Amino acid sequence: MMKRSFFSVTAPRFQIDSIAGVLPDSVRIETPRQIMLLIEGTTENGHEMMIQRGDAVKTGQKISLTPDSGAYAISTVTGTITQIEPFPGESGRQFTAVSVAMSKEVSVDERFAAYCQAPSLKGAVDLLQCLPGNPNFEIFCDTDRPIQTIVINAMEQDLFIITSQYALKAFYHELAQGIQHLKAITGVEHVVIAAPQDAIQGYGDMGASVISIGKGYPEGLPHLIAQRVMGHEIPVGKNFQELGMAILSVEAVVSLGRSLQDKKLAQTKLVTFMDKNGNRSLVSATVGTPLRDIFKRFHVNLNDQDRIIIGGPLNGYSTYTDAFPIRPDTDAVLLQDKDDVALASDYPCINCGDCVRVCPARVPVSMLIRFLEAGEYEEAAESYDLYSCLECGLCSYVCVSRIPIFQSIKLAKYELGRADTGEAADE
Amino acid sequence: MNNPKKLIVSHAPFIHIGSSIPQMSLHIILATLPAVILGGMFRFGAPAIAVVSFSVATAMLWEIAINLVSKKPVSVGDGNAAVIGLVFAMLLPATAPWWFVLTGTFIAVVVGKQIFGGIGGNPFNPVALALAILMVSWGDFLDFDEMYRHFHFDFVPTYHMATWKHFGLDAIEPVRLMDLLLGRQIGGIGSTFGIGLILGGAYLMIRGFIRWEISLSFLGGIFITALIFNIIDPARFADPFFHLLTGYTLVAAFFLVPEDSSSPVNFIPMLIYGTLGGVMTVLIRNIGAYVDGTILAVLVINLLNPLLDKIRPKALGKAE
Repeated sequence: MMKRSFFSVTAPRFQIDSIAGVLPDSVRIETPRQIMLLIEGTTENGHEMMIQRGDAVKTGQKISLTPDSGAYAISTVTGTITQIEPFPGESGRQFTAVSVAMSKEVSVDERFAAYCQAPSLKGAVDLLQCLPGNPNFEIFCDTDRPIQTIVINAMEQDLFIITSQYALKAFYHELAQGIQHLKAITGVEHVVIAAPQDAIQGYGDMGASVISIGKGYPEGLPHLIAQRVMGHEIPVGKNFQELGMAILSVEAVVSLGRSLQDKKLAQTKLVTFMDKNGNRSLVSATVGTPLRDIFKRFHVNLNDQDRIIIGGPLNGYSTYTDAFPIRPDTDAVLLQDKDDVALASDYPCINCGDCVRVCPARVPVSMLIRFLEAGEYEEAAESYDLYSCLECGLCSYVCVSRIPIFQSIKLAKYELGRADTGEAADE
Repeated sequence: MNNPKKLIVSHAPFIHIGSSIPQMSLHIILATLPAVILGGMFRFGAPAIAVVSFSVATAMLWEIAINLVSKKPVSVGDGNAAVIGLVFAMLLPATAPWWFVLTGTFIAVVVGKQIFGGIGGNPFNPVALALAILMVSWGDFLDFDEMYRHFHFDFVPTYHMATWKHFGLDAIEPVRLMDLLLGRQIGGIGSTFGIGLILGGAYLMIRGFIRWEISLSFLGGIFITALIFNIIDPARFADPFFHLLTGYTLVAAFFLVPEDSSSPVNFIPMLIYGTLGGVMTVLIRNIGAYVDGTILAVLVINLLNPLLDKIRPKALGKAE
């Protein structure tokens, strides 16, 4: 895809793509006869199950696994549950996949209508967190750490993606209504839209201020946007909530506005789809649509050893099955032919320093990776700035030895996180 | 899920810039060719070809041997051993005996690199280490005036560095810079042809295969230090251009000093590292005991490398 330029005196720079001129039409993927919803958590912990095979579900019905779990999914069709099975996700996350076969007649769940009558933050937490764009309302409920600023992130999170820009440009009224509603239920007055520098015009009367973010990758990652909003660097170990900031994706706010406008829960997710030849389309698909239905629509042949990438090429993740569904936070789906698959190697670091020069967080990657490879995670975190990493993936991208640096970093954070929770559990 | 496809799953990122160690080695070899072929092989003839070929071949064979002995995957394909052999040959006289070359590549590849765990693990530049050991062991074989005694050139064959050191500045007065640039001087096979080395170095720098900060600050360090000496006592100390174009200066600036493993990666350390190397080189040349201090200066700055790389900017979110 993107190769080393002939002249490379300085570190390589990337720009996120932008849609110039007239917005492309989004391709509607017809809702398939069978959808799959992923709910975080497992069914095996002996709890009483809320759902069973054969249960009827309505469109817009909330599905949770156990009575006391906060995780849920919203059914996007009316039908019958045909299968409930464990589904291993990325980075050790455990999901349960609930398959729903569509029936002919459609009946709509009443809860959203009730919400519209009396909107509240609690109602939003209870029902709206699975809107396309995956808004997190729970962080507004913490009275110890009140939110003062809502940042609406309209920046693409990776190369090639155009989803957020499309949501920002194509749904003006929905966005305005979403912002209004957000302000009403959360009581937060200060709303900021972080938009790409060529798309900041015309949002002045929305009740939100607009800041322009450069299009160089990774300037649009939440951490760097938060830094722009705060006006200073964010100390390592602080999360946005502790700073009084909530970051929502622009599509989440648009979905909120759309739901209120149409008086029914928004169910279609915008997804940038790129086939093996690099042809890009903007797709609008019902949440729960298996990826294979998108491939079918574009007549893409999936072969052995190809790669399906969810999210972008630098910080997304790959999946092992084409049955993987569109989730509320799936911004992009990329296909990679087996001949284009870039493989990592187990060669040692030669200390060329390309990673150090490309790192936006000024992490001494060449030293860090030595400690990570040796499993010295504490030392890596203490002396070599493991937690400053923004997880942009550029270090692995430029590595001459093709060391999977990003993977080592994620693994180290995961292991340290597990050790922390283990200690907490012991106490 | 009938007949599921077997997909490849791996961690992000899914694209790569396309660079690799073999590619890097290949380009370094390419960059040496003007100096080695035009400056070395044409000037010194068949003996030079023999030394270069033997050096590259033995370096690669030592690498394979140590791979087999240590039961590691054979790493000769990355081209690093070939680069070591080639750069080592660039420093040798064309008449170097076979055992001298063989011992040199053994020290470079086995002692200089593989003992420390192979590519990326060496604290010293393997070539500089090997040459330094040979220099103190059999220094006569690096006496270029002696080694080229039976050669006939269309210019006066003196090794300027040594002539100047032993007979003073008056003895080298007639040296023209153009002669040095065109390789009309004697010295190592690949270290006499100034234009060829500069072209090769410039190529590596703009392609990003070596770090320009190190090479340029090394040359800058030499220039400034030599200039200061020259200003203080022009009758005793040669002018800076002489220092830049004779001895191992250029070959070191582009092929020894910026070697990845033994040099720093942060901006300020790179500048300090290069400049110190230049200063040390001229100090040894001007007031030290050795004829050409470049190799020893490289080893000294290699030693400082880990310390220098501690000077780095505060990571994101760590600034107080």
